[in-house]
Amino acid sequence: MQNKNNKGWYLLFTAPLFIIFLTVVVIPFVIGIYYSFFKWDGIGANPKVFVGFDNFIKLFGDTRFLESTWKTTLFTILAVISVNIVGLVFALLVTSKLRTSNAARTMVFMPYLIGGLILGYIWQFIFLDVFTLIGEVTGLENVFFNWLIDMDFALYALVFVFTWQMAGYIMIIYIAGIQSIPNDVMEASMIDGASWWQRLKNITFPLLMPAFTISLFLTLSSAFKIYDVNLSLTGGGPANSTEMFAMNIYNEIFGYGNYGYGQAKAIIFFLIVAAITLTQVYITKKREVEL
Amino acid sequence: MKKFYKILKELLLLIAALFFLSPIYIIIVNSFKDRQELYENVLALPKEFSFQYYIEAMEKMNFLNALANSLYITILSVLIIVVLSSMTAWMLARTDNKLSKIIFMIFIATMLIPFQTLMMPLMQFMSTITNTLHIPMINTREGLIFMHIGFSSSISVFLYHGFVKSIPITLEEAATIDGASKFGVFWRIIFPILKPITVTVMILNVINIWNDYLLPSLTLTDKGLRTIPLSTFYFFGEFTIQWNLAMAGLMLTIIPVVIFYVLAQKHIIKGIGEGAVK
Repeated sequence: MQNKNNKGWYLLFTAPLFIIFLTVVVIPFVIGIYYSFFKWDGIGANPKVFVGFDNFIKLFGDTRFLESTWKTTLFTILAVISVNIVGLVFALLVTSKLRTSNAARTMVFMPYLIGGLILGYIWQFIFLDVFTLIGEVTGLENVFFNWLIDMDFALYALVFVFTWQMAGYIMIIYIAGIQSIPNDVMEASMIDGASWWQRLKNITFPLLMPAFTISLFLTLSSAFKIYDVNLSLTGGGPANSTEMFAMNIYNEIFGYGNYGYGQAKAIIFFLIVAAITLTQVYITKKREVEL
Repeated sequence: MKKFYKILKELLLLIAALFFLSPIYIIIVNSFKDRQELYENVLALPKEFSFQYYIEAMEKMNFLNALANSLYITILSVLIIVVLSSMTAWMLARTDNKLSKIIFMIFIATMLIPFQTLMMPLMQFMSTITNTLHIPMINTREGLIFMHIGFSSSISVFLYHGFVKSIPITLEEAATIDGASKFGVFWRIIFPILKPITVTVMILNVINIWNDYLLPSLTLTDKGLRTIPLSTFYFFGEFTIQWNLAMAGLMLTIIPVVIFYVLAQKHIIKGIGEGAVK
């Protein structure tokens, strides 16, 4: 009786969310794998033609897709480095008990709350008008011009705005990490005469490894999946030079109506994201030290 | 010398912080200018502060309607996520059997799936439900809420699960001996203890759901249902050339976020920190 009762409670507590989760995430994932083996234009009345692995093979000859893979990789590398450096520097400054610490923390975190789509529009205006103005006034016209119309600089603009968005969030994670380092370890090292750099290198960084693991995971996966900022800042342009992975998939499916082929790209996208993030977490986890 | 470094650091921090805020300054000053004034000098203060463009942008974006939609969708989604994911996580953490482990593993593993992998089959499946079971999932705010709950469940269950593990089980056993049902134990004893992690779960989900563009853009087609990011997107499609009007529109979308930040600032920063450390 007691046992049967427990089963009832178990169902009552877990079933509602699990059913929603199955409907929204798990079942579509399985259907998605199925669709990736078909040639289909998304119209229900039109036939789905089974093509086996053809969609996946086709990917290797798709220059626009390969170009977007390369651009996404380049963007991710630059973005991860830049976000983490800016975030860590701010975290170190903010935790060193300065008068402006609180104000700075609040301001740096602010962009994260605003959201990618809106940030992209804000910066579109700044690159368009403010950068040109600064260029004219200072004469540095080869640095301050509208980056968004240049095929190489548009990617840097994306890195720049993404850093502006994410750095505050990553800063908070590093702050939490820094604050969890016990004070007595720091004090002992100061009594022993360790310099600022020695303390940073031998105490702070090793003890920050868990924070590195999380920050790298978050920046890596969100940089790789960037969409909103991409859409509102460059729209993939100029001449598709900033069409990131996520946008390429969206355009393939909903723009050109290649549902099966686009879904095959989406499955590959999943495999790449999973492989990269799991590898990163495995590597950085191994470097974490216990106190 | 030490003092010099300290002042230098203070200054550095202040300059950097101001740099981070400078775009907000640019939006504000230009939202009050007419087109000609804007092009004369984008950095200068406006000659006069009239809210003319705000009123115009508000009408063109159908701002109040979008705000109501965003509030409705975000608040309802987050409340349901908190209730359901805390209950699920608690039961999974406290029932130590194979099934619980499998369910928990499925929740965690799916965190690796990018939204783009799911969007097309999700829309197909949702229209199938709409057409065959006659449950309106597509183009309704409730359908969107349902999907937000599904996508938020992994991270929320994960956070609650970690927290529940740190609560000693003796409290619950004592209450059970006293005759409380599982329901009573959870809502009267456990849920209040979960408060810190509930704050984290709420904040993370509020930020994600409030700012989400792609999912609403796929599910909502009616103009009247648009959320703030959606109406911003359509607004920019039409008015990018009129940057002064666009700036007023952007400012409108930022105001609710700033109010939220000012009201809950302490909780937000603490919540993000705690969420990440878990």
